Amino acid sequence: RYLSKMATLIQKWWRGYLRRKNFREVVEVEKYFLKFSNVYFLQIQKTWRGYYVRKYIHNFYALKKYLKAVSVNNELVRYELQEYAEMKENEEKMKDLEKKEKEKKYQARKMHYLLSTEQIPGVYNSPFRKSPDPMELLLRQSKPLTHRKQQVKSPFADELYGWPTCKEPPDFVTSLPVLPADRQKPQGPFRDPAEVLQQRYKPVEPTLRVRESMYSSPAKAREPTGGEEWRNPIHDNQFLPFSSYHKNYEKYEPSLFKSGKYGQEAYGTKYFREVYPKKWIADK
Amino acid sequence: NSGVVCLLRPLLLDVVPSIRQTTALALGRLADYDVEMAEAVVKAGILPQLLCSLPEENRYYKKAATFVLRAIAKHSPQLAQAVVQCGALEMLVICLEDFDPGVKEGASWALGYIARHNPELSQAVVDAGAVPLLVLCIQEPEIALKRIAASTLSDISKHSPELAQTVVDAGAIAHLAQMIPNPDAKLKRQVLSALSQIAKHSVDLAELVVEAEIFPVVLTCLKDSDEYVKKNGATLIREIAKHTPELSQLIVNSGGVAAVIDCIGSCRGTVRLPGIMTLGYVAAHSENLSMAVIVSKGIPPLCLCLVEEHEDHIKAAAAWALGQIGRHTTEHARHVAVANVLPTLLDIFVDPRSSEDLKTKASRFKALKNILQKCTYLPALEPLLHEAPPNIMKHIIGQFSKVLPHDNKARRLFVTTGGLKKVQEIKAEPGSLLQEYINTINNCYPEEIVR
Repeated sequence: RYLSKMATLIQKWWRGYLRRKNFREVVEVEKYFLKFSNVYFLQIQKTWRGYYVRKYIHNFYALKKYLKAVSVNNELVRYELQEYAEMKENEEKMKDLEKKEKEKKYQARKMHYLLSTEQIPGVYNSPFRKSPDPMELLLRQSKPLTHRKQQVKSPFADELYGWPTCKEPPDFVTSLPVLPADRQKPQGPFRDPAEVLQQRYKPVEPTLRVRESMYSSPAKAREPTGGEEWRNPIHDNQFLPFSSYHKNYEKYEPSLFKSGKYGQEAYGTKYFREVYPKKWIADK
Repeated sequence: NSGVVCLLRPLLLDVVPSIRQTTALALGRLADYDVEMAEAVVKAGILPQLLCSLPEENRYYKKAATFVLRAIAKHSPQLAQAVVQCGALEMLVICLEDFDPGVKEGASWALGYIARHNPELSQAVVDAGAVPLLVLCIQEPEIALKRIAASTLSDISKHSPELAQTVVDAGAIAHLAQMIPNPDAKLKRQVLSALSQIAKHSVDLAELVVEAEIFPVVLTCLKDSDEYVKKNGATLIREIAKHTPELSQLIVNSGGVAAVIDCIGSCRGTVRLPGIMTLGYVAAHSENLSMAVIVSKGIPPLCLCLVEEHEDHIKAAAAWALGQIGRHTTEHARHVAVANVLPTLLDIFVDPRSSEDLKTKASRFKALKNILQKCTYLPALEPLLHEAPPNIMKHIIGQFSKVLPHDNKARRLFVTTGGLKKVQEIKAEPGSLLQEYINTINNCYPEEIVR
């Protein structure tokens, strides 16, 4: 066994030595080979790199297509924007026209007295003209304008609902209600306005009896039924007084099932179900 | 003057509410008129009295009080600082929570004027917790309130990226983007300016703004009849385009470049400036993008701008934009040169009437240089040869010397148009670059012609 080990060792060394000698020669051969054939390798690599770059990275045709697509897109965008701008202009013009029309109509209503009568032709209806002026036609069509009565706008209009029960003084009181001009000015010692306001808007302080009844057990017991009443009504229509006055608004609409082509069908009043005498058994 | 203010002071504490209100209104109008009046109002120590009873007062008083604060804060940062030190910010935030839209409007206007001056004041406004309330205000139906809230947000976000980030975190972008299609012109102005102030700070913010799907809608703003809407729309697009090539690519793909070009063509004056800068930024990123700008017919409006405009900074911007377009490759320079813009650029550069602002001259010089360095389109260079000053001449001759050795027809043309004669007339120091170029050109021709 020792012997075979030694033999293997020697063979190992010998093989290594041989291979290393060989290796050095092979390396030199390779070097010479490469020196001459490098050119060819380079050429292949050159052509490959050129092709690759032109095809994928700096693709000229793709760029051209892209630019064309961009210009097409631009045309589209420009066209749409142009349409949008025109639409806006039209809207503006329409608004202007409508305003002018309204103005004209208002003027016509105000100057309704300029209309021509049977005897006397009006300003816009001169006998020398072939047909009346458009203003004349407008005057004929328009209703005379009545002067609106001076409305005394209540200064507390939007506070009205909250007023009787509000805890604070009312907001910025700019305008007092308009009093008639010839009224006798009230004279006399007036109380301090702050005092008056304070008194007017003193917070509610109910007496003991009232307070007790507000929070007593019968009152509390009544509460939930009130809620129930609100929740469960069958009939949601408001109760309108003077119901015959509102009759015009609530026309009777017959149901689709009962209305035939020429008015109400007799079903529901004259007969109730379809009748097939042929199917009756009893007669036979 | 200060006599009036002292007289008004006790009236502020009067029992009757209408007197308090009218006093506040009077103070506001006084402070609004003039800086000194505002300072007098502040010195008289009125602000603490104004603010102390604010939460319990009614809405008319609150409106008048916010008017006073706004009138004082708008004049200068010191006055705004004084207003803030009186503890006005908490009161204004309380007013922002009020139900009445007029009160909210007054409060947000005052906050806007405070935040406008410098970043510290804006930070103070943000710290008072105003931003979420402002975003709520934007969603209200009243248009005046929306306008003012949008302008306040724009004033807050314009100072620094952190402030803009705060505004974005409150969810403002989505609401602002929804309001772009609104027909009211003033609202659009404010909304667009707010979005552009947000987008200008960093790439992330710009991307967030773009993700809110503003793109085709913003282009309709560029066609609006109101000039400032167009200007702010162009500003928004410019702020987005200037960060990265991808964002510029996005703008080009959605047809934004065409819209901007039309917008430049239809406006006059300073309104054009952001549009011109947009084109410059887009073209600066890469040559494909600048080719896209050229293809969208961007060069003619820029030339018109150069010729028509009187303001120097607009001309400088147009020159810069043309420089960015033309500097990438010879193709681009050729397109620029074909549009006959080089003589105009040269004229402006040489013109002694143009302003002495070094920067504008330098930018025009650089633009010209960049274009010339790539320009091989000789017919365009010819006329320049006759008029150019020496530093430009160097580049022109350099270009000629690069092209002439290779091209026969060009050589013939050069001689016939008298270019060679001109070159001989140029005196240059021996050994300089110019001399070398001249030598190269002379070497292309046989001896007799040179003499």
